[in-house]
Amino acid sequence: MRPDQDVLASLIPEGSRVLDLGCGDGALLKHLMETKGCSGQGVEVSTEAFHAAVARGIPVVQADIDAGLPDFADRSFDVVVLSQTLQSVYRPNLVMREVMRVGRRGIVSFPNFGHWQVRVKLLLGGRMPVTKALPNEWHETPNIRHCTISDFERLVMREGPWQITERRYLDGAGNAANGLTKRAPNLLAAGAVFALG
Amino acid sequence: MARATAGSVGLVETDRVVLFDEDDPLVFESGATLAPVVVAYETYGCLNDERSNAVYICHALTGDAHAAGYHEGSERPGWWDNLIGPGKPIDTDRYFVICSNLLGGCQGTTGPSSIDPATGRPYGLRFPLFTMSDLVKVHRALTRHLGIERVLAIVGGSLGGMQGLQWALDAPGEVASVIAICASSRLTAQNIAFSAVAREGIMRDPDFHEGDYAQHGVAPTRGLAVARMMAHITYLSEESMRTKFGRRFQDSAEPRFGFDVDFQVESYLQYQGESFLKRFDANSYLYLTRVMDYFDPFGDMEAVAPRLEGLDTRFLVLSFDSDWRFDTSHSREIVRVLAAHQVPVTFREIRSPHGHDSFLLEVPEYHRTIAGFMDRQADDVEHDRGG
Repeated sequence: MRPDQDVLASLIPEGSRVLDLGCGDGALLKHLMETKGCSGQGVEVSTEAFHAAVARGIPVVQADIDAGLPDFADRSFDVVVLSQTLQSVYRPNLVMREVMRVGRRGIVSFPNFGHWQVRVKLLLGGRMPVTKALPNEWHETPNIRHCTISDFERLVMREGPWQITERRYLDGAGNAANGLTKRAPNLLAAGAVFALG
Repeated sequence: MARATAGSVGLVETDRVVLFDEDDPLVFESGATLAPVVVAYETYGCLNDERSNAVYICHALTGDAHAAGYHEGSERPGWWDNLIGPGKPIDTDRYFVICSNLLGGCQGTTGPSSIDPATGRPYGLRFPLFTMSDLVKVHRALTRHLGIERVLAIVGGSLGGMQGLQWALDAPGEVASVIAICASSRLTAQNIAFSAVAREGIMRDPDFHEGDYAQHGVAPTRGLAVARMMAHITYLSEESMRTKFGRRFQDSAEPRFGFDVDFQVESYLQYQGESFLKRFDANSYLYLTRVMDYFDPFGDMEAVAPRLEGLDTRFLVLSFDSDWRFDTSHSREIVRVLAAHQVPVTFREIRSPHGHDSFLLEVPEYHRTIAGFMDRQADDVEHDRGG
């Protein structure tokens, strides 16, 4: 499991019923099921990742979350996870509304486009930044909706009756960031994991 | 001449067993009783010592117990031979596979064409009306007869998938997993309308005789053939018909301008209708389509919710994008209800141009998905046993 997934998992209470949107090969759900007694359900659009999740024994629905979550009833999960997926959906605001409709809580992780390295590369290099947290060239990146931590906070303010209840910040490697980062996360954090409720 | 090619279960026979008799009749959901109940079935592969590797195949409307391998003297394999066999997705080197003809059928299991011991004549329409649960009750009796308490997987397409769903609801402890392919939990008005026209065709045939056609030495062959022709259209997609037949003529390059069969598609449908008469009974068609019409397991949500809560049966629900008989919305409805009640469910819509019939065909991504799911179920059972 990636370090940022460990940070995310730490925000999920034991025994939760978890829906993971963009679950990939199901590594996070498998971890939650084995170590935290969670029950898990995944949603994944990629066929190869779908097969990998099935091979792990993860129940997974193949669907494109940009079309909403019509297969899932209101508040039918304790936690809905959107792990490193928000930036690759076409309609982030619709997806966030669906996350908070289906889950009692939402947990969202995403790369921060406001990180100082990104800003410097764009400012001085004049080209779309490639960093540890954003490793792809602009023309091949699955990340089509870049946002900063401040942008996400604004989205939550605009969309929700719901709000951010817990904040964790990530360094470039995806580990939990130190104290200095927390003071100016929009500049210093390479990514964020937010719990919403 | 039968053959045992690689990947085939080889030569097989249909067995018969009396599962209910005068002393222990089958009691229907309606309270009606029936005895004797004979069930025709086949098995492939070996039951392991723990009796934990049984896979039950439920056939669709017009299927039979001969799902795989070859009967002596026949060149034609069982109807799901591309899925079941050594090294195939339902791997008979690993699983003990059971397939039975369903209650009310006409391929060896007791149905309306069987002789009523009380009268010495075929039941006809005196056969009790039955439900999906009644079908499942007979399957469950067969598994008990074979010494199996819990099946690893129930696998079925269309009506077969509906039986799997009902089985999990009726006896969750007996079912580790269900693979329901292009199934439905509730027929639409359009679905019922197609069945209604098929039944009208049969019942309005002058040879129907209120279902007692056998005693008159006839059968409502015109009605049954038309019913089959129409149903067959709903099993294919518009695209597959266009590819297969287009507007080509059967016997000439030019139109012959008449009412006889001229287009290839007409000839094909006529052949489907005619060949169906050899293997199917009109009364069975009436009864089995009615079971599907009335099937609505999630209709009374309050009643079914307690059965869904805590259901640990794992579901694989599959649909095909070109299926318009039971399109993907039918499968998604099953997924929606299961997921809302915390039942673990895996779902995929598979691309295939072949319509509803896709479930009988060798669509690579479809077979790959079933193989992956089955492997996992078997690994988990073996792991539980080891641990």
